[in-house]
Formats: sequence, structure tokens, C-alpha cells
Amino acid sequence: MLELHGGLDDMTKASPAVQPNMNDVILDIRHLKKYYPVYKGVFKKVTGHVKAVDDVSLYVRRGETLGLVGESGCGKTTLGKCIVRLQSPTSGEMRFRYGEGGMRDILSLNAKEGFDVRKKIQIVFQDPYSSLNPVKTIYEAFDEPLRVHRMGSRAQRKEIIAQMLEVVNLRSDYMYRYPHEFSGGQRQRISIARALCIKPELIVCDEPVSALDVSIQAQVLNLMKDLQQQMNLSYVFIAHDLSVVEYMSDRIAVMYLGQVVELATSTSLYRTPRHPYTEALLSAVPTPELDAVRERIVLKGDVPSPINPPSGCRFHPRCSKCQEICRVEMPQLRKVSGTEDHYVACHLADTESVPQEARMEL
Amino acid sequence: MVTKAVKSSLALRNWEKLRRNKLAMIGFCIVAFMILCAVCAPLLTPYSPTDIDLGSRIKPPSLSHPLGTDKLGRDVLSRLLYGARVSILIGLSGALGGAVIGTIIGCISGYFGGWFDKVMLRVSEIFMTFPQIILVLILVVYFGQGLMNLIFIFSISGWPGTYRLVRGKFFSLREENYVEACRAYGIGELSIMFRHILPNTFSPVIVTVTLSTAGYILAESGLSFLGLGVPSGIPTWGNIINSAKAIDVISNNPWLWLPPGLAISLFVLGVNFFGDGLRDVLDPNQ
Repeated sequence: MLELHGGLDDMTKASPAVQPNMNDVILDIRHLKKYYPVYKGVFKKVTGHVKAVDDVSLYVRRGETLGLVGESGCGKTTLGKCIVRLQSPTSGEMRFRYGEGGMRDILSLNAKEGFDVRKKIQIVFQDPYSSLNPVKTIYEAFDEPLRVHRMGSRAQRKEIIAQMLEVVNLRSDYMYRYPHEFSGGQRQRISIARALCIKPELIVCDEPVSALDVSIQAQVLNLMKDLQQQMNLSYVFIAHDLSVVEYMSDRIAVMYLGQVVELATSTSLYRTPRHPYTEALLSAVPTPELDAVRERIVLKGDVPSPINPPSGCRFHPRCSKCQEICRVEMPQLRKVSGTEDHYVACHLADTESVPQEARMEL
Repeated sequence: MVTKAVKSSLALRNWEKLRRNKLAMIGFCIVAFMILCAVCAPLLTPYSPTDIDLGSRIKPPSLSHPLGTDKLGRDVLSRLLYGARVSILIGLSGALGGAVIGTIIGCISGYFGGWFDKVMLRVSEIFMTFPQIILVLILVVYFGQGLMNLIFIFSISGWPGTYRLVRGKFFSLREENYVEACRAYGIGELSIMFRHILPNTFSPVIVTVTLSTAGYILAESGLSFLGLGVPSGIPTWGNIINSAKAIDVISNNPWLWLPPGLAISLFVLGVNFFGDGLRDVLDPNQ
């Protein structure tokens, strides 16, 4: 298990027959849906559902970073919260590798097992200011999770906390301070340390740097990469900043209106985006070159309502290449011909006929 | 004990902040002085507040009776000092009782929401549609006069304010990321409610308690003045003023009603100053 950033290498080497190598997969999501009911009127009748996450299938391998990108409201955060089980999905399967038993469906665990899994999957939030309790010192904030998960005696726990603060480059005696005594970047590092202190294997990072200024962003991102190597962590990295995602991720899933429209290694995605939405997103990333000739694709209209998404391909009302089939039939995520690990949900892309999930069967 | 040291350091810092607030310190000194006097009453006056001395009725202030005597010959200073005990006790206990009830119901209501929240919200609205004094009058008639009854009545008529405050805070705080982080750790709901969210609501509750203490002292005086408060045998500030119902007492014997009136005003003023200062100091956004 020393494969750290090996996602990309592994993909190119692995033979198509065994791909993906399921022994590496730590989290496997199938057909995950999260619908929020919409109530109307005096009697609170359910008149519809906000389809925040609609039939998403993804997997995350040990030691890799899976980037989740998409514009606001596309369901990235909801998906992230479902993974940490802060939200319970409406339907779908979520299997996680833990204990001796191999992959287990963590949505149907009993209370005791569910509690144990909480130790393995942690989350880092976007806003460093609201993610620490203003009335608790760092020590108090860290000690309780360690205590409820029975990780050592009082002295040992204190040792772990000191260690964790040093891991994120903070002085260990900062543990007696209150959150308001720290800057945004420091708080975010504290949040990372807090997520790490109970030794998780998967961390959902919900836009961990978008509230920080740019110089601090690099510092936090590099720290996260270092920690990933040291502890063989897997990240689900949610962001809307495409350059940040490219820097962090081994593979990237592009989301649009609750669905994954493209899934590829980050090199492949940035070099040859296949989905018109991804193309448009990438064309909006500023490049440092002065006279680079780039065509900016500006999307027409707004994101449609997730309560009543468009028929067929959800992107079709805004797509410049829209055909008749796009209005009628919803495209499946399929592998792009001639690539190793590039999936796209678009009728117009040159894809193989087998849907993605069929390939993922064990 | 690491946590203890830490807690006291937060308290210490708040105390330092409070000390720099002049008005709050003036209020604190007034309140502290009056409470001290009330506690040390036996040392400050040789007379019992209930000793009747018909030989010296309605005497103006003199060396032996610094604030004079009332129509039954009781020493007004003694009555004032001993009365302070009862008045302050009623004010504080009433405010605390209401705050405790309101906080507990507010926690549960705000954290879990659902039908309990809906029912309690309506109940609190019913309580709030009555003017509190009328509600108290009805309850006094129902439960009867008495010290404990009055405290109980103040508690159950005063909870809606704190309830709504705590409930509102819980509604916004339960969505905070640190609460979600606690859930992600698998920390229990009760611990999240009472150990993580509740401390964040303490500062407005403390401010409410101080300010409503003043309100209840006034209410007690008012009720006692009307003869509906504490039984007239027990000296309270309101009961002392009660004697000033007659117009000739007001014009001829000011020593009977002026000292308790001043004591009430001063104490309420001090408590309000202190409460306002506390509000500034405990504002979590600083």
C-alpha cells in the first residue's frame, strides 16, 4: 500500500480487464441519490423533490485524491456530506473498505458499526471560522472525539493532540488557545488536524481553501499533499477552483445538476475534455501566459432548477452542440474509446457501448 | 486539571474586559454593596425588623433609629436591610428559575424541532400575549400569597423570553460546521446539545437573567404594594412602601417610603448597568 499518487501510473499500466483494480478501492458509491422534498401550502404537501445528487456512481482508491468540480448548487457538497454520512442518501449504495471484512455497505450498518466507521471518514469544511466552536479551546475540541472513540488515556490523548498540531506546523502549546486567537489559515490547519487526530483513512475536503487568500491556499494545499503521502490518506476534494483541483487530484469528476458528466484522470481531463460542459468550464480558467490564444466558451442561460431538471441530457438547453437525441435520452457515463480511464456522459462523444458501472462490477 | 485552568482563563479575560467598562463596574459596585449590606444586616442594625415598639411610633430619623420608625414602631433601617434579602432573593431566583426552564425547553425545541417545537412555540406565544403582570396576578390568586409561590410564579411566567432566545440561537447554531464536525465524529446528540451548542447561548441568557432580576424586583415591589405579593409580615422593599398608600404618609413621613424607593431604584439601576456591561463583554462576535 505504498502507492501514493499512483492513480495515474496505475491506470496506464493496468490491463483493461481488471480495471479498476478493486483491491485498491476504499470507497465505492453506486447510484447514490439524495432528494430533498419540497413542501407547499398549509398542509405541507410534497410537491416535488430537489434532486441534489441524482444517480452518482464513483469510486475512490486508497491514497488517491478524487476531485469533485462543478458550479454552485450542482450537488458537490451534498455528495460530500453523504459520504461522511451527515446526510442520509435517499437511495443507493455506498461501500467502504474497513476492518477485516473488505468492502461493507456503510449505509446499512447498526449503530455500533456506524459509530466505528465515523472514525475512518472525516471532513474538512470550507469556512474555517464556523468550523471551530468559539467557546472551546483547541484541546477541548480535539479531546472529545478521541475520548468517545476510546483512543488512549488522558495523557496519551494530550500527546496525540500535541503531535497533530505539530504535524500541521503549529506549536503544540496552541492547544490551550481559543479559535478567535488564530488566523484563517491557522484555523484551517487546525480543522485538518482535528479531522486527522482520530486517524481516518478518507477525508472529504469541502472546498478547504476557497475561503483563504491565495498565498495561504498554497501552504494549506501543500500541507494536505504531504499529509496524504505520510499517512496514505484518500481525499475527496471538492472545489470550484479548477486550477486547485488540477493541482490536488489524481482523478476528477465533473458534476452538473447532481450528476457526474465526466470522470477522468486530471491530465486527461485537462488535456482533452470530452464533455461540452467541461470544455466550457476549462475555457474559463485564466492562464498565466500573456498571449495565449484561447477561445472562451460562454454558456447561455442559467443552471436549470434541480427540482425539475431538463429531459434527456441535463446540459442540453445550454449546449451548443445539442442534437435531437440529447433532448430525449439521458446519456450514461461511458468510457471514451481509446482511453484508459476517461468516462463521459455525452451522446456526441466517441464512447464505447458499455456503461461505466458495468465495468466496475467485481 | 487542564480544562479547569483553561476555563478560568476565559473567565479571567472576560473579567478584565468587564473591569475596563466603567458603567458596568459602577453597577457591579452598587449591587455588590447592597447585597453585602443585606447579608450583614444583623451587624449593621441592633433591631429586629419585626420587633414592634408601640412606644415609639412614626418617629423621624434620629441617632437611635437612623431612618426612623414606622407606624408600629419598627425600625425602618432594619426593615430595609432585611427586606433587601427577600427582595433580591425573589428577583434573582425568579429570573434564574425562568432562565433554567426556558433554556432547557429552548434547547430541546431548537435542536430537534418537530412537533415538540411547534407545541412549545405556541404555548410560549400564549404566555406572551398576556401582559406578564396580569398573568402573575391570576397565578397569585390561584396559588396564594407566599415567598416560594412568588418565586415559582415568576419562574413559570418568565420562561418564554429565555425560551425564544435559546431556541433561536439553537436554530442558527445547529447548522454550524463545528456541530456537523461533532456529528461526523459520532459524538452523541445530548453531548452536542448541552456541551457544544448550549455554552454558545450562555452570554445572552446571562444578560437576560441580570436584566430580568431588576424587572422581578420591581414586580415584587409592585405586587407587595398592592398587597398581593409577599405576606405583609415578611419585610420586603415592596411591603415597606406599602405603608405609603396614605396621602398623609407621603407628605408627612417621607422616611417611611423614600429609603425603600431609593433602594429599589438604585438596585435596579445597578443591575441594569451591570447587565448592559455584561452584554458588551460577552458578545461572542468580539
